[in-house]
Amino acid sequence: MLDADFFRRWMTVTAASVNREAERLTALDSPIGDADHGTNLQRGFTAVTAALEKEAPDTPGGVLTLAGRQLISTVGGASGPLYGTLLRRTGKALGDAAEVSAEQLAEALRAGVDAVMTLGGAAPGDKTMIDALVPAVDVLGDSFAAARTAAEEGAVATTPLLARKGRASYLGERSIGHQDPGATSAALLVAGLVEASGE
Amino acid sequence: MSDERLVGIVLVSHSAEVASSVAALAKGLAGGGSAVPVAAAGGTESGGLGTSAELIAAAAAAVDRGAGVAVLTDLGSAVLTVKALLAEGDELPEQTRLVDAPFVEGAVAAVVTAATGADLAAVEAASTDAYTYRKV
Repeated sequence: MLDADFFRRWMTVTAASVNREAERLTALDSPIGDADHGTNLQRGFTAVTAALEKEAPDTPGGVLTLAGRQLISTVGGASGPLYGTLLRRTGKALGDAAEVSAEQLAEALRAGVDAVMTLGGAAPGDKTMIDALVPAVDVLGDSFAAARTAAEEGAVATTPLLARKGRASYLGERSIGHQDPGATSAALLVAGLVEASGE
Repeated sequence: MSDERLVGIVLVSHSAEVASSVAALAKGLAGGGSAVPVAAAGGTESGGLGTSAELIAAAAAAVDRGAGVAVLTDLGSAVLTVKALLAEGDELPEQTRLVDAPFVEGAVAAVVTAATGADLAAVEAASTDAYTYRKV
């Protein structure tokens, strides 16, 4: 079972990997975006870890809703409301249980991903974070490691796609041949589950 | 009009200068528009290009006179941030709506309409209708 400590670790290790990969995320965002994805997410997850230390929510749902709120208010780019909505909806779906199973987390994340698709209007294949998240959620009930692999493969598979959402979509066919920065950061978030669980 | 309360208008842009200039333009072109509460929420809190949930929430609270608030946005994260705040339920005043409209033309139409004492639905309709004003 996964408790609030696990979810705090998930956010902390994700913040660390976003820090580590910030330059790469921004570099991916340079040819097809506005070159701020790494710095924006860094700012957001730094605020998340600070808020979690200060408020110390004691349920999995509480950790994720607080984290989501911080991302919406501090990121400054489209990834803020998108990741913020993902974590908040997932957190709300987990309710106020003190512990949740991996299957419950998979189900809650599915609700979170659905909310992101509603908010941004993106579907699988549009070259967005959805292309990493949907395959990850599909196998999350099997193992976190399987979800990590699925997310990473999903992110890599965005390279030949034509962007249909966001700033990159203005580039039309010129967006082809670049890996999507949002799918790449989404894979970091999923990989954080493995690291937090010590698998 | 049954009461004196005017609909508030919030203009959200990635740029502080764009948001405040469009606010000034809309009020200037609206004639009687000077009575309409209009607030700009442009850029990030640190003054860069982007969107700030805090600035949007503060702007909406500042123009809320109890008759509703119409929010117009430019693109991308401005649209998504307002939608996310609306989905939260308690971040923006009751009766706040994201209005689907061209930013400049929609802002002028919104302020002109709000100045007549029209309700939120009428302000939204006038603003959205600005999409149909062809220039050629």
